[in-house]
Amino acid sequence: MKTQETTSRPDNTAFTQQRLPAWQPVLSAGIVIPGFLFIGLAFIGIGIGLFITSQSIQVLERDYTGTGSSSACSNCVSSNISCFCQLNFSLSALFPGPVFFYYGLSNYYQNVRKYGVSRDDEQLWGDVSKSPCSTCGPYQYSQNMTIAPCGAIANSMFNDSFTLYQLVNMTKKTVPLDGKGIAWWTDYSIKFRNPTEVYGSLAAAFNGTVKPVNWAKPVYDLDPSNPANNGFLNQDFLVWMRTAALPDFWKLYRRINAGDYVSGLPAGNYTLEIQYNYPVADFGRKSVIFTNVAWMGARNSFLGIAYLVMGFLCVVMSMVMLIVYAKFNTPGEDS
Amino acid sequence: MGLRVNSQGGGTARPLESEGAFVADLPRLRPDEPCISPPQLRSIMAVRTSDGLYEVLGGGVWQEKPRASALVWRNRPPSRRRDDTFPKTAACSRMTVPKDMAEKWLWMLMPWRGCRNPRNKDPGQEEERHVKANDRDYNEKFPYADNRIRTSKYNVLTFLPINLFEQFQRVANAYFLFLLILQLIPQISSLSWFTTIVPLVLVLTITAVKDATDDYFRHKSDQQVNTRQSQVLIGGKLQNEKWMNVCVGDIIKLENNQFVAADLLLLSSSEPYGLCYIETAELDGETNLKVRQALTVTSELGMDMSKLTEFDGEVVCEPPNNKLDRFVGTLYWKDNRYPLDNEKLLLRGCMLRNTEWCFGMVIFAGPQTKLMQNCGRTAFKRTSIERLMNTLVLWIFGFLLCMGIILAIGNSIWEQKVGRNFRDYLVWEDVLTTSVFSGFLTFWSYIIILNTVVPISLYVSVEVIRLGHSYFINWDRKMYYGRRDMPAEARTTTLNEELGQVEYIFSDKTGTLTQNIMVFNKCSINGRTYGDIYDEFGHKVEISEKTPCVDFSFNPLRDRKFRFYDHSLVEAIKLGDPMVEEFFRLLALCHTVMSEEKNEGELVYQAQSPDEGALVTAARNFGFVFRARTPETITLYEMGKHVTYQLLAILDFNNVRKRMSVIVRNQTGQIKLYSKGADTILFDRLDPANDDLMYTTSEHLNEFAGEGLRTLALAYKDLDEKYFADWMKRHHIASTILENREDLLSSLYEEIEQDMMLLGATAIEDKLQEGVPETIACLTLASIKIWVLTGDKLETAMNIGYSCNMLRDDMNEVFIITGHTVLEVQQQLRRAKELILGAGRGAANGGKDAEKMDRYRDDSVFEETITSEYALIINGHSLAHALEADLECLLLDTACLCKTVVCCRVTPLQKAQVVELVKRYKRAVTLAIGDGANDVSMIKTAHIGVGISGQEGMQAVLASDYSFAQFRYLQRLLLVHGRWSYYRMCRFLCYFFYKNFAFTLVHFWFGFFCGFSAQTVYDQWFITLFNIVYTSLPVLAMGLFDQDVNEQNSLRQPKLFEPGQLNLLFNKRQFFMCTLQGIYTSCVLFFIPYGAFSNPVRDDGSQIADQQSFAVTIATSLIIVVSVQIGLDTNYWTAVNHFYIWGSLTVYFAILFAMHSDGIFSIFPSHFPFVGTARNSLTQTSVWLVILLTTVVCVMPVVAIRFLRTDLYPTLTDKVRHMQQASRKQRPQEQNLKRVRRTSSRRSAYAFSHQEGYGELITSGKNIKAASSFSAPPTGRIPGSSSWIESLLKKRNEMASSTVVEPLRSNTEREGAENTPAQQHID
Repeated sequence: MKTQETTSRPDNTAFTQQRLPAWQPVLSAGIVIPGFLFIGLAFIGIGIGLFITSQSIQVLERDYTGTGSSSACSNCVSSNISCFCQLNFSLSALFPGPVFFYYGLSNYYQNVRKYGVSRDDEQLWGDVSKSPCSTCGPYQYSQNMTIAPCGAIANSMFNDSFTLYQLVNMTKKTVPLDGKGIAWWTDYSIKFRNPTEVYGSLAAAFNGTVKPVNWAKPVYDLDPSNPANNGFLNQDFLVWMRTAALPDFWKLYRRINAGDYVSGLPAGNYTLEIQYNYPVADFGRKSVIFTNVAWMGARNSFLGIAYLVMGFLCVVMSMVMLIVYAKFNTPGEDS
Repeated sequence: MGLRVNSQGGGTARPLESEGAFVADLPRLRPDEPCISPPQLRSIMAVRTSDGLYEVLGGGVWQEKPRASALVWRNRPPSRRRDDTFPKTAACSRMTVPKDMAEKWLWMLMPWRGCRNPRNKDPGQEEERHVKANDRDYNEKFPYADNRIRTSKYNVLTFLPINLFEQFQRVANAYFLFLLILQLIPQISSLSWFTTIVPLVLVLTITAVKDATDDYFRHKSDQQVNTRQSQVLIGGKLQNEKWMNVCVGDIIKLENNQFVAADLLLLSSSEPYGLCYIETAELDGETNLKVRQALTVTSELGMDMSKLTEFDGEVVCEPPNNKLDRFVGTLYWKDNRYPLDNEKLLLRGCMLRNTEWCFGMVIFAGPQTKLMQNCGRTAFKRTSIERLMNTLVLWIFGFLLCMGIILAIGNSIWEQKVGRNFRDYLVWEDVLTTSVFSGFLTFWSYIIILNTVVPISLYVSVEVIRLGHSYFINWDRKMYYGRRDMPAEARTTTLNEELGQVEYIFSDKTGTLTQNIMVFNKCSINGRTYGDIYDEFGHKVEISEKTPCVDFSFNPLRDRKFRFYDHSLVEAIKLGDPMVEEFFRLLALCHTVMSEEKNEGELVYQAQSPDEGALVTAARNFGFVFRARTPETITLYEMGKHVTYQLLAILDFNNVRKRMSVIVRNQTGQIKLYSKGADTILFDRLDPANDDLMYTTSEHLNEFAGEGLRTLALAYKDLDEKYFADWMKRHHIASTILENREDLLSSLYEEIEQDMMLLGATAIEDKLQEGVPETIACLTLASIKIWVLTGDKLETAMNIGYSCNMLRDDMNEVFIITGHTVLEVQQQLRRAKELILGAGRGAANGGKDAEKMDRYRDDSVFEETITSEYALIINGHSLAHALEADLECLLLDTACLCKTVVCCRVTPLQKAQVVELVKRYKRAVTLAIGDGANDVSMIKTAHIGVGISGQEGMQAVLASDYSFAQFRYLQRLLLVHGRWSYYRMCRFLCYFFYKNFAFTLVHFWFGFFCGFSAQTVYDQWFITLFNIVYTSLPVLAMGLFDQDVNEQNSLRQPKLFEPGQLNLLFNKRQFFMCTLQGIYTSCVLFFIPYGAFSNPVRDDGSQIADQQSFAVTIATSLIIVVSVQIGLDTNYWTAVNHFYIWGSLTVYFAILFAMHSDGIFSIFPSHFPFVGTARNSLTQTSVWLVILLTTVVCVMPVVAIRFLRTDLYPTLTDKVRHMQQASRKQRPQEQNLKRVRRTSSRRSAYAFSHQEGYGELITSGKNIKAASSFSAPPTGRIPGSSSWIESLLKKRNEMASSTVVEPLRSNTEREGAENTPAQQHID
């Protein structure tokens, strides 16, 4: 009888009989309490590290919107044409380098959906002959010609420019600003591409297109000083096209890492000459920021504090759990 | 152990293959199939029609029995009018009460589940059917269905359109289609179309594949049935035709053991008088044979082909319907009219038995046959979790709308206050004219973005999990019954988690709790007991499989399956002890069993009740073989020689007499009366000389009864020739007069059955199925209330109640409700309730005032405080009253206060009503378990129907949601599979809602920082893949494999089942908690990166505060957080879980880097704008620090709360888990539940079926076949044969004229008869 084959007898496998070998972790006191303690201590450690690092980072931020009492460039706020203004600051000690020079915009909604989609990635990839995609919104065509680069993002590109001078013995000494490689390498080499040059001329490659309506110069002429830094591969353009996630943001303008300033900005007085083009006074503010960075990036005490708080909470929690555990005993003891 | 006779009479059982083959004929019940069609509803609900008949699906059962009993004489005149027997209105009017609103709503929500089966409708509303025999041309004028059945829904061409149409009727799918359309509108399209279409197509494909597979199997089974062969009379010749080519009006020939191909009018048969025998097991579950008789005029056609070909009768009859027991029609032939009724109809699904051949004319074919009209479509059952789930999805819709509105308002305000100043850089498009309109568009944009809170994959995942659980049930070897090669089967895949919430079990008795096998276990002969065996020290030996049984090989005619262990009885026989011989002679003579001897020595007994069969088989093995009978003789093969007794009279059994006797003349010419019956009855009629023996026998009887055996006393009497002749004469006169016949006869019987000599007593075990008491004990511990609903007698039911430990002697009180009127029933119920409440109050409240008690009256909490144990037993008659509208609450209250409830003599309708009552008022999950056709209604009514694939046919199994072979598997089904399913489903749902909230709500928070512009936080591809790729498999694995407690502990700790009953693991509160957790997580997920990203730069000074880095950081945190969370939720990490969890994380990073890679960007530059983001952001320590912090902040509180909860308020599950953990290292010891031995002093004394016997049928000789009596002396003529037929016909006419009264009356009669003794018994 035993050997007789019964066809419908279910297979005796661990799977069908739900006997698969398994690891059955239990949140036992032996794991949870030390775990909390360990994580708590680790977090406190990280938090202290972060906090100290963050505190050691120097930041110099100057608002130059032109409105309000503390702001420079008040002369330029109401001017419609390009306007120059100056921003002076002094350093009492060496601002350790490498120093990074950012511009910051606040209350600027690069993350509004319609703004964020208003670009044509295929065009930016070098295909200027195609008609720009519809999301480019009202900045698709101008004078019956394709706008290159199309879309609201490009159209609203930040176009203030800065020159930094150190006042040495009453003379202005230009601080060299390095604009190379301020954008992501991937943007520069993969995501953006200039159209193929025609007879070595980038301008010819952009034939049949017009500049964005807000722009003063066409895209192939963004940086007259450096012919290689033009077209879609202009570093400032690349930086601008990487839209910010939040309404207050910084964008890298230049690095200060050459000449006498490799080790930072020495103590002294500085003047920043600003070509004030970009109107933001209606909705927000703009500023310039000099900072140095550490392994964790720019100065941000949030992360350090958050780690400290969390670490502290974990330690407290482990204590509470220990007390509860000691007092109320293990489950299952009474059964 | 003893003699085993199966209820089918020892072996005429249908061959199993054919049963299996036939199953395919009945369309399988599937959850996704259209549910109740209107006629179906009628039959399920079993409404009483205007003429007072109860119509029940498979209701043949209830109708047939009374009718059968009408064939034999009635001893009691109808005593009561049916008006006071059955409530007139209440029971039915309640059945039409509309289902509760939730149910209704769901029908609207998922109309594809609804009823849509045009095939069931009669084309053109047929009002009357005209069928002409042998005239296809004539019949083709009518749109009658042919004999092809089609249960499949699609064919190759129609599959796609129909299936898609069905799927889009599902609200969830339609919703996503709507979203898809929204996404195509550029102004509001916040997400690309592919985010919706990819999951939608996936979901549709999975469902379509499942539907296609189902339908393929339906096609196959249809094909198999449709191509069966049958012999059709075409052009004067019999030709083989496929079933599907048989037409209405055809004459077909059936042979023995063939299935009837369509509903036929019986024309002629091989048996005399145009009789033929059919077995209707597939139709109504009854295994006994039924007789059908052709009209005399048509039976004369015989098998004469030419005559049959010339037959051109026309049948005018009722249109197709689903009433198995009714048929009205007229045959017009040769200018004569012949009335036709159900007795002349062979229904599709029956099997021809004991009849060589018969001819029939097809009346209904294919889908119009009564079988097809009746079967298949069950009400679609939905689990309470699913109902809750649907409600919650609605809530989520509401929540979604709220969020949309909030964000839309936010957008209007933002545009007004901030956005207008920003228009230098972001120009409004032409269509945008006001900020309000912008808000309106934003609303739709946000509906698109936030749609993921209503997860598209939820329904599919739930289906997949349920399917998996169903397979686990099918695969469970511990629910596989080897003896019949029967694995458990989950016939519906949608109810698994409901199994973990069952609170009430309604069980049938016969075939479910018991095996319906009677075993001759012990006997007491002449003051000595046989049956127990003792070892050398005189200790009783427990009988086991290994105990050597008595060798009956001396007897060539023995039944090989019979087992008996006590050798002394055989020795006594061999020694020729006269009393022992007389004892077995009595057993061999005094019965109404029919024998059939197919081959020499191969005896098959057809017993009316299994008890009788057991006794006759016992006598057979001990050398007194009942071999054959004719109306006048009984032939025995007594210890090796043939002895023929002349049968002079059968004094048949009925409920008042509780005994039966035969009077025979043996070969020496002596006249003897042999009697067997209930001891109480028989002891009163003994000769006083028997007093001593009576005393000892009585002691033995007590002993037997204590072991739960059914006992009978046996006695004989020598009759004086002269006295007998006189008696016989009076008997003859009495049996011919018309008035008071029954009374006269019974007084005659009473007279002759006096001064008998006691022989002894028999003890028969009504074998419980294996493990029934243990199962019941275990289920009771799991707080499941078990009600037994049986069609059986009160006594039997109680006896079984005791033997399976549901009733115990130590119970405080067993209430027996046997009132005849509403008032009596009410009084009895009220008394019982007051008694319980009074005692309960005394115990619990220390006797506080009655006001308080009133307050508690409906309070279920109060039930808990009752510590004493009570039982309620109510018979069908009282139940009919108690189920009336004004008493049902009282009944329910009282019944729920009792530990055990037994309802006996209940009709199938009442079974359903009781279930419905509990379902309606207790809001508890009910499970009905049964094996017979009479359980179908309750199986369909209960939330979960379980069919025992037993001996009573397949009807119950076909109607059921789960089926297996043994009652004891119920324990495993509920406590292991049900509990796990419920647990898994709850954990799955909790996690699923949590996951989607955590995922989606980040957009809500982001809305406040992006000008409410419906900007997405994540990459669109991430949104597309999150639910279907990144997080689907780990949670599926958890839903399929997780075990909080292993199966041994699930069974050992039945209390673990309670959370399911109380609905603790997933309810609105739990849902609220998990959505709260989701909201918290989304908050953390957004605001920690928000804080960290206020001015983040890379360590080379370039920025990472951009949208894309932000998206990648949050997405990665989310994936890690939900993976950690599923890890925490998974209690049982199998290799599959490991693979899926780690695999999902790996896949996430793989896809992330792939989609951010140069290669894919250069192919589709516009679709993968995230190029380079992953490598620029995920290489930064600060980003990882953000992810780490986010994960810990999300997970730690959950861990802490869980730890503290298990520490402070450990549930039983936690404790068991803890124990399990502790004992993992040691070997878990097996602590089997000790078998509960019962001790009882109750005695049950009868061994007859509830019907009157076949006495008249035997003496008339009509049912004796020539073939089976070859060993008997030729009788020459069959006395009274014609008169029997006449009386049969007369009776039938009588019955026809009083059809309405008949079944009810005989029903009442039996009850009336049984009430008194039963009550005495209890008192």
